[in-house]
Amino acid sequence: MARRFLTVFSIVLVLGASLALVACGGGGNKLEIYSWWTAGGEAEGLKALMDVYHKQYPNVQIINATVAGGAGTNAKAVLATRLTGGNPPDAFQLHAGLEVQKYDPEKYLVPLDDLYKSQGLDKVFPQDLLSLLQYKGHYWGVPVDIHRANVLWYNKKLFADNRLQPPATWDEYFKVSKVFKAKKIIPMTMGTKEGWESCHVFETVLISVLGPDGYKGLWTGATKWTDPKVTDALNLYKNMLADINTDHAALSWDQALQYLLDGKAAMFIMGDWTNGWFTSKNFTGYGWECVPGTKVFDGLSDSFALPKKAPHMQNALNWLQVCGSQAGQAAFNPLKGSIPARTDVDPSLFNPYSQSAMKDWTSEPIAPSVMHGAAAIEKWATVYKDIMNTFATNLDVSTTQQALDQAAKDNLAM
Amino acid sequence: MKGVTRDRAISFGLVAPSIILIAVFVYGFIGFTGFSSLTKWDSMEPNFTFVGLHNYQRLFSTVPTDRFLCDLRNTVTFTIFFLVGCIVLGFALAVLLDRHVRGEGIFRNIFLFPMAISYIVTGVVWRWILSPGTSLTGSTGINLLFDKLGLGFLKWGWFTDANMVYIHPDSRFGVFLAHIGLGGLASPYIGISLAMISVVLAASWQMSGYTMAMYLAALRGIPTEMREAARVDGATELQVYMRVIVPMIRPVTLSAIIVLGHISLKIFDLVVSMTGPGPAFATDVPAYYMWDTTFRGNNFASGAAIATLLLLVVALLIIPYLVSTTRSEVRA
Repeated sequence: MARRFLTVFSIVLVLGASLALVACGGGGNKLEIYSWWTAGGEAEGLKALMDVYHKQYPNVQIINATVAGGAGTNAKAVLATRLTGGNPPDAFQLHAGLEVQKYDPEKYLVPLDDLYKSQGLDKVFPQDLLSLLQYKGHYWGVPVDIHRANVLWYNKKLFADNRLQPPATWDEYFKVSKVFKAKKIIPMTMGTKEGWESCHVFETVLISVLGPDGYKGLWTGATKWTDPKVTDALNLYKNMLADINTDHAALSWDQALQYLLDGKAAMFIMGDWTNGWFTSKNFTGYGWECVPGTKVFDGLSDSFALPKKAPHMQNALNWLQVCGSQAGQAAFNPLKGSIPARTDVDPSLFNPYSQSAMKDWTSEPIAPSVMHGAAAIEKWATVYKDIMNTFATNLDVSTTQQALDQAAKDNLAM
Repeated sequence: MKGVTRDRAISFGLVAPSIILIAVFVYGFIGFTGFSSLTKWDSMEPNFTFVGLHNYQRLFSTVPTDRFLCDLRNTVTFTIFFLVGCIVLGFALAVLLDRHVRGEGIFRNIFLFPMAISYIVTGVVWRWILSPGTSLTGSTGINLLFDKLGLGFLKWGWFTDANMVYIHPDSRFGVFLAHIGLGGLASPYIGISLAMISVVLAASWQMSGYTMAMYLAALRGIPTEMREAARVDGATELQVYMRVIVPMIRPVTLSAIIVLGHISLKIFDLVVSMTGPGPAFATDVPAYYMWDTTFRGNNFASGAAIATLLLLVVALLIIPYLVSTTRSEVRA
C-alpha cells in the first residue's frame, strides 16, 4: 500500500516539477498582472484597463493572474509566498497606505519616485493622497481608484414619507432615529457577521468625533487611545447600536442592506461599493450623505506596485504608466464603481453618486481607512476588528478603551 | 552470521523514502511551527527574534482581546454536546434499526446520507433553518415554524444569541466559590455559549448517522446466543441492553469518541459557513482564530502558537488511544 502510494507520489512530484519548470519559463513578451478582482464590475474594469494597455503595446501578451477571495485575503497570502520565493508577478494590487509595510518594500519592491516625476503624477493626485502613498520617503504604488468609506446611505421614500431630512449632525441623527423607531422602521441597519462591518462604522464615528487629524494621530501615536474623545466616540457608537436591527450578527453587509431596499430600514453606513450593489439590484430610491460630522473623505485606494524581481520590468513600468494615466483611470473607474485618484478626469463619464464623490475628493481633507488597509498595519487592524466585535455585544466602554489602548501600545512599540 | 540480510536491506530501502518524507513534511513542520510560536514573526518577512512564551501569554490574557479564552470555552461546549448528541442519537438509531424493521436499508441510508455532505453545505442550510429574523421583520426559519404551531415561547436567537450560561461572580454561589478558593470557576470563560448549541445541532445532524453505522455493525456482531442466554436467565429487555450489550460495544464507543472528538477540536468549515465568529466570539473556535490571525493579520507567530496548542489538545486525546490499541494488538 505504502509502496504504491510512494510510486504514485513520486510520479506526481516529477510531473509537478516539470510543469512548474514550463510555467517558470518566463521569457517572451509578457506582462503578468496580479489582483483579486474576479467579480462583476471589478473584473470588467480591469479588463478595460488592460485594453487601454493593449492598444498602446499590442505586442505584449497580458496574463491576468487573479486569486479570488474577499478583500484579497487569499490573494495576499499567495502573493507573500511568491515575493519571498523570488517568483513575483510583474505588477500586483496593493491597498495604498500602510499595507505596503507588510511586503517589506525596501527589500522586495521598486520605488516609483522616477515614474511619479516623469509622468507628473505628483501634480495630479491630492496632497493628502501623496503623503499616504509615501512609505519611508518613497512612492511604492500607483493608485488607480479611490473608494469612500464614510457614506450614509438612506431610503429616500422613508425620509420623504416622514417629512425628515437626512441628518447632518449626530443630534439630528438620534432625533431621526427616534421617529423611525416609533414607526417600527429600523433606523440604522447593520450586518456584523464578518466582524469588519461594524469596525467600518466605528471608524467613521471616530473620524467624526476626533476630526481627521485626531483620527490619523490614533494610528501614529500622536493621539492617545485613552483620550476622552475616544470615550465619547465609543459612547456615541453604543447609542447607535441600541437602535440597529437585532439580527445584525447573523447578516453580512449586503444582507443587512436588503432591509433598506425593502423599505424596512432607513439608513446604512458603508463604503461606496454600496452604490454598485444598488445598481445591480436596479434600485434607485436611495440618497447619500456624509456620515454626520465628517466633512472628510475617509478613503481607501487600490494601487499597483512593482516587485524588484519582476520578470518583465519594462512592460510592468509601462503598465504602471497606463494605470496612472488619464485614459487608464477614465476607462477603469466607471466600470468598477469607484472614482479616479487623479483630479483631472472628466466627471461626465460617471454616475451622479461618483460625481459628487469626485467633487469632495478634490476639496475635502483625506483620512485613511483603517479597516481597508490604509491607516495601520494589518496585524493591528485585525486586533482592532476583534476588539470592536466584542464591543458590539457587550457594550463595555471602559474595557474596550483599555483594550484599544493596549493594542496601540503593542503595535506602536515596534 | 550476517547482521543485515539482503531482504532486510531491501525492505529498509523501500521504507526509507516514506520515513524521510514523513520526518520532513510532518514532524519537521510540526517542529518548525512550534519554533515559530516562540518568535516575533508578525509580518510577511520571517522574524525569528526569540520572545519565549510571549505569544502564549497573550493568547491567555484578556487584553487586548479575550478571543482565545472564548474559543476554548466554545470548544469545550461544542465537544461535550456534540459527543453526547452523536453517541446517544447514533446508539438510539442503531437499536431501532437492529429490530429488523422493514425497509431497514432505506432508513440506514437516510440516516447515513448527511455524512456524505460537506460541512460547508450543512453550514449554509442550517444557517437558513436557524436564522432567527427580527421583531420588525417577523420570524424566519424554524422560529416561523414555531410561530405557526403556536409554540412561540420556544423562539430564540439561535446562533445570534450572545448569552452565556455561567456562574456569575456576584451571585451567591459565585461568592461561595470565591470563599472556598474556587473563585476562578465563576467566570464567563467557564460556561456554555448558547449560540454554540446551534452549531452542535448541525454537526450532530451530520455525524450521528456515522455513529449509528458503527453501532449497528457492533450490534450485529453480538451473537444472538448471548442475548438469548441473558433472557433465559430472566433479564428484562432493559437489563439485556444495560448489562450485556452496552458493555460489549464499549470499544466502539471509545473509537467513536476518538473520531468525533478530534473532529470537534479541529472544527473549522462548519463554523465558517454557518456563523462566523459570532457576536462577541460566541461561536468562534481556535481553528478559525488561527486562520484569521495568520492570514488576515499576518501574525504568523500567534497563529503558530494556536496551532501548537491545538496539536497538544488533540494529542491528549489521541495518544492514550494509540497506546492502548498498540498494546491490545501486541497482545492479540
